[in-house]
Amino acid sequence: MASIVRSKPVILLLFVQSCLCLLSPSLAISSGSSLDGYAINGRVKIPGIGAKGLGSHGKISNVKVILNGGQHVTFLRPDGYFSFHNVPAGTHLIEVAAIGYFFSPVRVDVSARFPGKVQATLTEKRRSLSELVLEPLKEEQYYEIREPFNIMSVVKSPMGLMMGFMVLVMFVMPKLMENMDPEEMKRAQEEMRNQGVPSLASMLPGAGRSN
Amino acid sequence: MVMAIRSLFIFVVILSITVPTLSLYEDQVGLMDWHQKYIGKVKHAVFQTQKTGRKRVVVSTEENVIASLDLRHGEIFWRHVLGPNDAIDGIAIAMTKYVITLSSGGSILRAWNLPDGQMVWESFLQGTRDSNSFLFVPTSSKVDKDNTILVFGKGSLHAVSSIHGEIVWKMDFPAESFEVQEVIQHHDIDTIQVVGFVGSSQFDVYQINAKNGELLKHDSAAFEGGFSGEVSLVSSAKLVVLDAARSTLLTISFQNGEISFQKTYISDLVEDFSGMAVILPSKLNGLFAVKTNTASAFISVSSEGKLEVVDKITHATVISNPLPVSEGQQTFALVQHGDNDIHLNVKQGHDWNSDLLKEKIKLDQQRGFVHKVFINNYVRTDRSHGFRALIVMEDHSLLLLQQGEVVWRREDGLASIIGVTTSELPVERVGVSVAKVEQNLFEWLKGHMLKVKGTLMLASAEEVAAIQGMRLKSSEKSKMTRDHNGFRKLLIVLTKSGKLFALHTGDGRIVWSLLLNSLRQTETCQNPTGINLYQWQVPHHHAMDENPSVLVVGKCRPSSDALGILSFVDTYTGKELNSFGLDHSVVQVIPLPFTDATEQRLHLLIDASGQAHLYPRSAEAVAVFQREFSNIYWYSVETNNGVIKGHGLKSNCDGEVANNYCFGTREIWSIVFPSESEKIITTVTRKSNEVVHTQAKVIADQDVMYKYISKNLLFVATVSPKASGDIGSATPEESQLVVYVVDTVTGRILHRMIHHGSQGPVHAVFSENWIVYHYFNLRAHRYEMTVIEIYDQSRADNKDVLKLVLGKHNLTSPVSSYSRPEVTTKSQSYYFTHSVKAITVTLTAKGITSKHLLIGTIGDQVLAMDKRFFDPRRSVNPTQSEKEEGILPLTDSLPIIPQSYVTHSLKVEGLRGIVTAPAKLESATLVFTYGVDLFFTRLAPSRTYDSLTEDFSYALLLITIVALVVAIFVTWVLSEKKDLRDKWR
Repeated sequence: MASIVRSKPVILLLFVQSCLCLLSPSLAISSGSSLDGYAINGRVKIPGIGAKGLGSHGKISNVKVILNGGQHVTFLRPDGYFSFHNVPAGTHLIEVAAIGYFFSPVRVDVSARFPGKVQATLTEKRRSLSELVLEPLKEEQYYEIREPFNIMSVVKSPMGLMMGFMVLVMFVMPKLMENMDPEEMKRAQEEMRNQGVPSLASMLPGAGRSN
Repeated sequence: MVMAIRSLFIFVVILSITVPTLSLYEDQVGLMDWHQKYIGKVKHAVFQTQKTGRKRVVVSTEENVIASLDLRHGEIFWRHVLGPNDAIDGIAIAMTKYVITLSSGGSILRAWNLPDGQMVWESFLQGTRDSNSFLFVPTSSKVDKDNTILVFGKGSLHAVSSIHGEIVWKMDFPAESFEVQEVIQHHDIDTIQVVGFVGSSQFDVYQINAKNGELLKHDSAAFEGGFSGEVSLVSSAKLVVLDAARSTLLTISFQNGEISFQKTYISDLVEDFSGMAVILPSKLNGLFAVKTNTASAFISVSSEGKLEVVDKITHATVISNPLPVSEGQQTFALVQHGDNDIHLNVKQGHDWNSDLLKEKIKLDQQRGFVHKVFINNYVRTDRSHGFRALIVMEDHSLLLLQQGEVVWRREDGLASIIGVTTSELPVERVGVSVAKVEQNLFEWLKGHMLKVKGTLMLASAEEVAAIQGMRLKSSEKSKMTRDHNGFRKLLIVLTKSGKLFALHTGDGRIVWSLLLNSLRQTETCQNPTGINLYQWQVPHHHAMDENPSVLVVGKCRPSSDALGILSFVDTYTGKELNSFGLDHSVVQVIPLPFTDATEQRLHLLIDASGQAHLYPRSAEAVAVFQREFSNIYWYSVETNNGVIKGHGLKSNCDGEVANNYCFGTREIWSIVFPSESEKIITTVTRKSNEVVHTQAKVIADQDVMYKYISKNLLFVATVSPKASGDIGSATPEESQLVVYVVDTVTGRILHRMIHHGSQGPVHAVFSENWIVYHYFNLRAHRYEMTVIEIYDQSRADNKDVLKLVLGKHNLTSPVSSYSRPEVTTKSQSYYFTHSVKAITVTLTAKGITSKHLLIGTIGDQVLAMDKRFFDPRRSVNPTQSEKEEGILPLTDSLPIIPQSYVTHSLKVEGLRGIVTAPAKLESATLVFTYGVDLFFTRLAPSRTYDSLTEDFSYALLLITIVALVVAIFVTWVLSEKKDLRDKWR
């Protein structure tokens, strides 16, 4: 229901608007007030926030609608409608701040030449809106979700890898040793002793005896 | 084997790096962050205690907050922060279920549902001119009547239905500059009387039909002496006002269409009166208060208009609005300051000597005077009246008094922070609490077993709670001593009220607070304000025994030529060490990078006449200063004239203020921006305490780029004057944004760039050799962020190995602003979704850790963005080597990842600033965000690569080690046996 109206009582506006939107969404009215300000009326629709105002993330009462980066700030009525008054003609930016939801800023053109004409465009998607109904593009999840317990995550953790490696050493290495030619092994051991590299076996108690 | 272990180790390291830790799990909330909610200094308060159910008080504050507080504990039920230009003029409760607020100079009327704070309706009131504003909710004896609210604002009177905000009628006053002072309701005949002034000398009374707004009668009378200031309505047909000279009281009666003035000289009532008097705002029947230079006089008005002083009080005094307790009876509260305590008296309106309540309440000294008092009554069990009083103190705190005691207090001064710095905590002394927290081994192991269960997701809900509690306890985060990692610090904050708070970074509690006497109103210093606070003494090395201290700089008036005030505060004890008023003004404070023998930092204060004053005032400081005399440069920005000037020091200053600590200055260079096309909107420089790890940056093809790192760089953004307003006020054709990078020693412009069709506001951050700034692109109608990186070209040819070997390189030549280095800049722009309130960058101890930008968005959240997103070398298709270097593919807009909001699901309402401080641990940085709310957290921008995470499971490590040892012995025994068997064979 994109409409641009010279400032008038809000309730009247809403009534007229709701009548008009049945006829045509792009229709709008203007009243003959002499002031230079216009009104921007729109609606924020958040699926999941019901009539009771309690959603998964918060209340509809905590949603703010911000014009031009903080020039005006307004809040939502229980039905989700909002309005800005006394807005001069020009191109404006509307942002919706709601915890838990991502809204695209909306470019709103308020025309001076054709009073009553308003154009709204989602700047993130470059999609124009036929009516100023703002819906979140996506929900925002601020926390990492803990992965449910599975054995792979334990295995993948540093501890798990250490354990796995040790198990590997315990069970696979002896097999490798067995497959080795004993003569070759002896030669290798001798070489090692000559080089003086401390081997794991020599560090173990009783290593000397075992040789 | 060794190789295998090594490769395993490397693998583990790689793995731990790729695990993300900047984002939080939901159960980690509160582990290293805290959030505090405030409202600001209370302006109006309305109690709602009649109905059964939760008793509450609705308040509006100077931070444009409307909040409903629990009267029992002072907690916030709900709260709304209105826009920055939407100051609240008045609040009221209508129909016992709606809170009505009038804001924006009497043009926006909103109704909020009292139980949950949902906005019910919003009305925009139109008028033709600016005027004062006035909200009046008539009390109705009939219950089912549609209550109308009377609002005067923008020069007209509106009657608004309180059910749905519809305007019932509107009345424009014929006189051009009519200002409503009071509205008087006549229950019996459905009319209202509106009284007010036109100009400064005409008094008008309008009688209006309350049903339809019809003007019934209009009387007016002029008084030559003129009126000034506040009125005090003493009966339904009489009010008291001061004349223009503020020395004569005028009693105006306006019964039956006749207006008569009656003059009384204050000097007739109060003997030693001189100067100006002020009427204290009150609405009492037959009584008003006048504050003179010596005392507050309470004057009763008889029905004939005779004035009589009933009491004189010499202490500071505050009176509340009247509170009707029963039919025709009014009470009011009177708060006086005694020596160490405050006296709360509740009196009956008609009888001065009737004290319904007389209480003496002890307050701690750090709260100053009472500024406002609101009272409310309740019926005791013995059917007598009891009273509770809500008082607003000089330090903006809010206290509820009942039965001679402070029931609760709120430190709402913290909603208006103007300066933040950090201080170290005392070093832990030997013998104190060493291993006190370590329980026996069994307990410790049990705790860790629980943790293991938690990580394996096997723990029950109770166990999870136990883990949470244990984590909080074991982290020792709220201890009062310095820790090894530097996470525990004191945040020293200066608030608008002139109070200094020390907050503990661990849990956000107030360690000490101090209302600075030097920033309080005195005879010589009428309207003192704090400017900022600086680290004065940070002892390390040779002055370990000294306590660290901060310097608070203030001035007597908001104007630039006001005399300055200095105050020095010990950050361990919270005591003011010294304070004095200066004999010169303070325009700029420059902390110099030099300290004296006691580690006191030298500060240079520049006054309005351009002279520089050195502090501390000691011979040693001057000696240190004289050595560096010719190396001290600074710059000044004159936004109004569009000039940036560079300054240096001359000799000692001459004239009457000549002393050893005063120096004359000389202008070295100036940059004048053409006023018809450019207006300075933002200037940003590097943080002086930033540490840069390396100048060289190795890029993908084994090439090296040298960052141009200079402390003397200034980023300046200018816009065309037409585009200096808000978005929507300029067209793309007439607006352009020009950014400059200026060397502040030589005045040389290193880089200049024009963004056509763009406008401010510009928020920028300058770190190392790069600048990131945020502005609005009018053509695309989106916000954009641009990065500029500056590289030193003169060192670029230092790649020749031969030259390096032969020593023919200039790597060791100092970075100096005197030389004219060849610099190249690279820049790139991206779209960004949100409006921005503040930008800063993470600081770490050594500058090794990669940087994150912290962006305070319009939704009052803080978003952390990796600097890698702002890299001018990003391209659409990075080559393989560039990918390896970590360059991200170019996208036209910056991605917003919800998990990287450091404030997670919290809002820092009214966000104004973000401060980062390095911890001792290189990977960690401390982030403090302030506004109406406070939020603190600890970040690890490159993840905690130099320490184990909090939830690291020592038990699992221990079990693994034990298992390995057991395995080793088992295998050893087995191999022994096998050997033996082999030998027997």
